[in-house]
Formats: sequence, structure tokens, C-alpha cells
Amino acid sequence: MASITIQGDDRARGIRRPSALTGFKSWFTTVDHKKIGLMYGVTAFVFFIVGGLEALLIRSQLAQPDSTVLNAAQYNEVFTMHGLTMIFLFVMPMSAAFFNYLIPLMIGARDVAFPRINAFSYWLFLFGGLFLYSSWFLGGAPNGGWFGYAPNSTTDPTSGMTFYALGLLLTGIASTAGAVNLAVTVINMRAPGMSFFRLPVFVWMGLVTQLLLVFSLPIITVGLFELLFDRRWGTHFFDPTAGADPILWQHLFWLFGHPEVYILILPAFGIFSEVLPVFSRKPLFGYQFVVFSGIAIGFIGFGVWAHHMFAAGLGPVANTAFGISTAIIAIPTGVKIFNWMATMYRGDLRFTAAMLFSVGGVAMFVIGGLSGVTHAIVPADYQQTDTYYIVAHFHYVLFGGAIFGLFSAAYYWWPKVFGRLLSERLGKVHFWIMIIGFNLTFGPMHILGLQGMIRREYTYPESLGLTFWNQVATLGAFLIAVSILVFIANVVKTKMQHRPLETNDPWDARTLEWMTASPPPAYNFDEIPTVHSLDEFWHRKYAEDKNGKLVPVQAGAADHETGPPSRAIHLPSPSYWPLVAAFGLPIMAYGVIYSWWLVGLGVAVTLVGVYGWALEPSVAE
Amino acid sequence: MADVATTVAHDEHETTTGLPHTKLAMWLFLSSECLLFGALITTYVLYRNASVEGPFPADVFDIGYTSVSSFVLLASSLTMVLALAAAQKRDFMRMRLWLLATAMFGLTFVGGQVYEFTAFYREGLAINTNLFGTTFFVLTGFHGVHVTVGILMLLSLTGMSFADRLPDDPAFPVEMVGLYWHFVDIVWIIIFTVVYLIPTAPGAK
Repeated sequence: MASITIQGDDRARGIRRPSALTGFKSWFTTVDHKKIGLMYGVTAFVFFIVGGLEALLIRSQLAQPDSTVLNAAQYNEVFTMHGLTMIFLFVMPMSAAFFNYLIPLMIGARDVAFPRINAFSYWLFLFGGLFLYSSWFLGGAPNGGWFGYAPNSTTDPTSGMTFYALGLLLTGIASTAGAVNLAVTVINMRAPGMSFFRLPVFVWMGLVTQLLLVFSLPIITVGLFELLFDRRWGTHFFDPTAGADPILWQHLFWLFGHPEVYILILPAFGIFSEVLPVFSRKPLFGYQFVVFSGIAIGFIGFGVWAHHMFAAGLGPVANTAFGISTAIIAIPTGVKIFNWMATMYRGDLRFTAAMLFSVGGVAMFVIGGLSGVTHAIVPADYQQTDTYYIVAHFHYVLFGGAIFGLFSAAYYWWPKVFGRLLSERLGKVHFWIMIIGFNLTFGPMHILGLQGMIRREYTYPESLGLTFWNQVATLGAFLIAVSILVFIANVVKTKMQHRPLETNDPWDARTLEWMTASPPPAYNFDEIPTVHSLDEFWHRKYAEDKNGKLVPVQAGAADHETGPPSRAIHLPSPSYWPLVAAFGLPIMAYGVIYSWWLVGLGVAVTLVGVYGWALEPSVAE
Repeated sequence: MADVATTVAHDEHETTTGLPHTKLAMWLFLSSECLLFGALITTYVLYRNASVEGPFPADVFDIGYTSVSSFVLLASSLTMVLALAAAQKRDFMRMRLWLLATAMFGLTFVGGQVYEFTAFYREGLAINTNLFGTTFFVLTGFHGVHVTVGILMLLSLTGMSFADRLPDDPAFPVEMVGLYWHFVDIVWIIIFTVVYLIPTAPGAK
């Protein structure tokens, strides 16, 4: 057993750092990327359940014409919060959970570059989510859609959209800090020999995602501040009577909002690129192409935002330009899909639950991608804008692509994180119910949209003839809920049965994270591995004979580096201060709504946190 | 798990690029800030001459006054450089002196901005008066907040230096605060040019 040195050193001046590494209290002070990753995951999953219940409310309301499950005002709140929750409080933090847990393990590092900033990001994300949800009890939830179009959002009399602006500012600060942290980790903490083109694709997509966050979040930050000032202090940023142009909000929002779409989907692309090779027993086809396509998507993603605004009247030149750039971004995406298919081609396929979710995810994403290409055709988009066809499209890419990818990751990395395998049988049941429910829910929305059913309408008259497909969609939504219950049952069952893994590497995987114990020790690796090739772990296990056939390397050779470490491993100490510093920010946000005194209190709390942080006895960080 | 502090292996400190994590993070953060100010300045430029009612820029601006306070802010970049040079030579008295001088120049600038805002307010331009007031106060106010945060960091550095609590290599935190400080100064050059120096259209008063 390696000896870990946690420096909790008494002679240092200032308040002593907490030293508990286990137990309930340790979760509040931890700076371990694995524990923080777990906290991100659990929190995001809880928000997923809440967002899912909101979706069920929406579908219950729409199951019948002229329904009264929700009234118009409640419906606005529920669909807005459903979107905000799924995007900002589920898919983004769930991706952050996997990046946090896996990036250091995949690049052969002991932690992230700034462990305390990592904790700060988590706490601020949690507080931001709770802040947003507290609006239900404080005069009404946000009701202007996740896109919050001005001047509807600036003139709404309830305080919902103020909570929207402040809540997204809080989670935006959390995401920016987290993104800088993870990007520095990938750039600067790779194991010896781990050059950029030996990084697993998941890490690559992680890096691109973090850079997208770093460059797109400041733009929405400005938009949100302008919205906040308009609402709270009577400024005129989006007020046409003062000479302003509300279209500015749309530009600021979508200049963030479109890169955001790739922030949501690129992590899933990374997951597909890890899972498909492992269960095809083949290396990823065209690694460089997949990586460069991901980078290209990141770049072009900043040049397509106005395709969300074709109907806003930007004029034929702008519409044509953005139509073309939108069609172009389909190319790198298509490259990836063909690479994944070529990876599976003539592979030794194993259809585990993780593999099913990846294959299903790619298939669903292709459907969503194809309907996306139809939006690039401006005249067609005029017909589709603000109809259920759009709702169908983005659920196919973000649910079919991103969320299927995240479930694939859950099944694939579960044994890594918990040392136990989820039940494959229940996993397959989960997959099939989910994919059937998913297609029943969102497939009919293509038809409804083309029939002219408008988005965000809280009800529809029977005479429009939309009832049948709406009922099918509602049935599908409840099937998805059933599949989530199966997943939860699977987790509980796995937790109850003490059936530890027989091997650290249950899938015969390819990347570094499987080289260490499952679950990994606090210090990740006994010895930091030296990397010689892409898919390092695979090459330590298998060699090729003269005919190009795989032969296992002599037993034991693969883990020759897992012996006891030769020296003490130095890990950063836990700390209270990230929690304190993060706690001040929601207080400030409430203060903006209620009282300057609260703002002052929040600033004071954050300053205490920051100074405590800066003056804390220094350790390796 | 043993908590005995044995020889500490500093393998974590060797970074892949050779650059310290903090420096890399600071550059990433500043690149993010570029887009923040980029979006704010874009808003201002889009709405130049768009205000439907006065007061207009020409009614309130005192270019001479703002030029002086801008010069003071730019001069603080020089003292920041001198502070870093002193820190690198481990000449801590001079380092503290120049850090304080930088903070004082910064304070002069922020004080000047507070005075300017007050004067504009007295002349009838508040943040909610018209579109010009809205964009002007928010853009320059955001910059002012950035300068204030910089002053706090400079004073904290000085204080930590007096209390002998700077890390073994004191030039490093000075360099990091310096990066931030120079960035804020450069942004002001752009804001000053765009907001004050480029004349408004003849149509607008």
C-alpha cells in the first residue's frame, strides 16, 4: 500500500487545513477530483429526475386537446425550467462529472491542476441550481424559455427572468472556472510520453469542450448582465422605444447558444469514440480524423449562430452565409459518424449495455443531424421555425446523442468508479425501453411540426387533428420514465449485491484509466505510467505476431508498473474555503433581487473565502 | 493511509509544457475576458448614435479630464513593470513601493471615474436616462470593477509581503497580478478610444 502524504502541517500559520479524507464531513472539504466528479454526477442525476418530471408534466398537459393539467402561465414556467434544467443542470454537469473523474486518470495524473478551484466550481454549480429552483417559491419560476428572448424577458412582471439571469450567471462562473481548470489539466499534466496525439479521444473532446466554454460563456455573461440591468435598474439595452434593438439579445444568446450545443454533444462524441473501439476490439478508425473533426466542429460552431434567427429578418445575405456555414459543419460531424461505423466494421462486436447505448446514440444522432441539415435550407427553415419539428430535431441530437452517450458512459465506467458491474440484463432492458420510448416521444413530433403544431403553446383545439400523435408522444415519454426506473433499480441492485470485480479491467479496455485499481486509490496511480503509444494499456496487453494476429503479452507484463511506489505521494489537502467562497455568490444574487445589504454580506463571505484560500498553508497545488 | 510527512516528491510540479499551471490558467482566463469586453464594446458600438433623446456624449464628456485619468492608468503599467523587476531581483522594499504606487495610480483612476460618473449624473445622465447612459455606464463601470479588483490584488500582495507570507518565489504572484493589470490597462485604451475619442455622427448632438 502506498503511503500518502497529506500535508496538514501544524507549524504553518493560519487556520489548519481539514484533514479528514473519509466520512460525511470529508465531502464538504474534499478536493479529490474523483469525489468531486461523483458529487457532480449525483447532483446532476437528481436534477435530471426533476427535469424529467417537468417533461412528464408537459406531456400530460399535451396528451389531450384543451387540457387543464397546467394553465398557460404554469406551462411557460415548466417548459422553461425543463430546458434550463436539462441543459445547465444535467447534461453540462454530468459531462463535467465524467471529465472530472476520468481526465486525470486518462492522462496519467494524480489530480486536476487546481483541486480547490475544482471544488469551488462544484459548489457554485450546486448553489446556482438551487438558486434557480428557489424561484418556484419566490414569486414564480423563469417563464421566457431557456433562450429568454427580449423584450419578452425584460418586460415580464414576475421575478422569474431575474432569477434566470442571476442563476445562469452563477452556473456560468462555475463552468468558466471548471473549464479553465480542466483545460490546464489536459495541456499541462500529461504523463511522460502522453503527447497530444496519444490522448484518448474522450480527453480531446474534453479539451475542445472546455475551450468552447471559455470562449462562449463570457458572451452570454454580457447578455445576462444586460438583461439583468434592464429588468432590475431600468436600463434600455433591449428597449426599442429608447432606440435599442432586441435582436441584439438573440445575437448574444446564440453566439453562446450554438457553441453550447457542441458543449453538450462533444462529450458524447468522446464517449462513443472510447466505447465503440473497446467493444469492437479494434482501434478507433482514423483517430486523427476524429480528433481534427472535433476541433473543426469547435471552430465552425462559432460561425453558425444566426441559423437560429433565419426568421428574425436578418436579410438574404446573412441568411445565405449562415445557411452555408451550417451545411458545412455537417461535414466534420459526418466524418466522425463514418469513422465510428468503420471502427465497428468487421470488428469483434460485443453488444453490452454500454455498446448498445453508444450504437443507439450514434443512430439517433444521425436522425437528428439529418433533420438539422434541413434547417440549413433557409426557405425550409421558415416553415419549420417554432414548430414541433424543431423540438423533434434538438431532442434527437441532445437526448438521442448526448444523453444516450452519457448512459453509455455510465455503464462503461461504472465498474471503474464503484468496483462493481451494473447488471447487463437490466441494462439491456433499460436500453430497449428507452430507445422505444424515445422514438415514440420525439418521432411523432416531426409529423406534428410539419402539420403546423407550434412550440410552447400550452394547449391545442381538437379540430386541428393533432391529438393522436400527441397521445403517442405522451405514451413514449412515460416509457422513458419507466426506463429510468429500470436504471435506478439496476443501481440499487448492484449496490445491494456485494459482487466485487474479479479484475480491474472487466472490458479488456484500451486506455490508461483501466491500468490502475477499480475503484482507483486516492492517488490514482502507484507509479505514473510512461506512455509509448496511443491506446497505451492495450499495447501493454497485446502484441501482434508475424501474421498481424493479436497475441496476449506474457501475463504480468502489463501491470509491471503497479508495484508499491518507491516514494511517498504528495496530495493536496482538503479545504473549507472553496465552499465558503462559492457560498457568498448566491447571497449576492439574492441581494440583487431583495436588498443591497445582502449583496454586501455576499461580497464579505466571498472575500473571507478568497482570503482564507489565499492564506491557507500552502501545499502542492 | 499514513499521514507521516516523509520526503515530499515534487513530481506533480513538473508540468508538460514547462509553464506553471497558474500562468496557463491566467492566459485562458484573460482570453475569456477578451470576449467579455468584446461583447460589451460591441454593444456600445452597435448603439452609438442610437439614443433617441439626450444628453448625448458631446453634452457631458470632458475629454481633457478623462485623458489625464487615462494617462494615470497607463502610467500604472510602468510601475507594475518596475515592481516585477524589483521582485525578480528580490529587492522587496522597491517591490512594495512600486506595488503601492501601482495601486495608488489605479485608485486615482477609479476615484476619477467615480467623480466623472457623479458629474454626469448631476448633468442629467443616469444609467436609465437613455440608451447612451445605459451603454456608457455599464461598459465603463465593468471596467472600473475590474480595476478595483486589481487594486485589491495589488494591496493584498503588498500586505502579504509585509507580513512575510509571500511564497518562496515572490516574483511569480507579482507577475500574475501584473498580467491581469496590463490586460485591464489595454482594455481601457480600446474603451477610451471607442467611447471618448471617436466623434459621434454629426446628426447626433
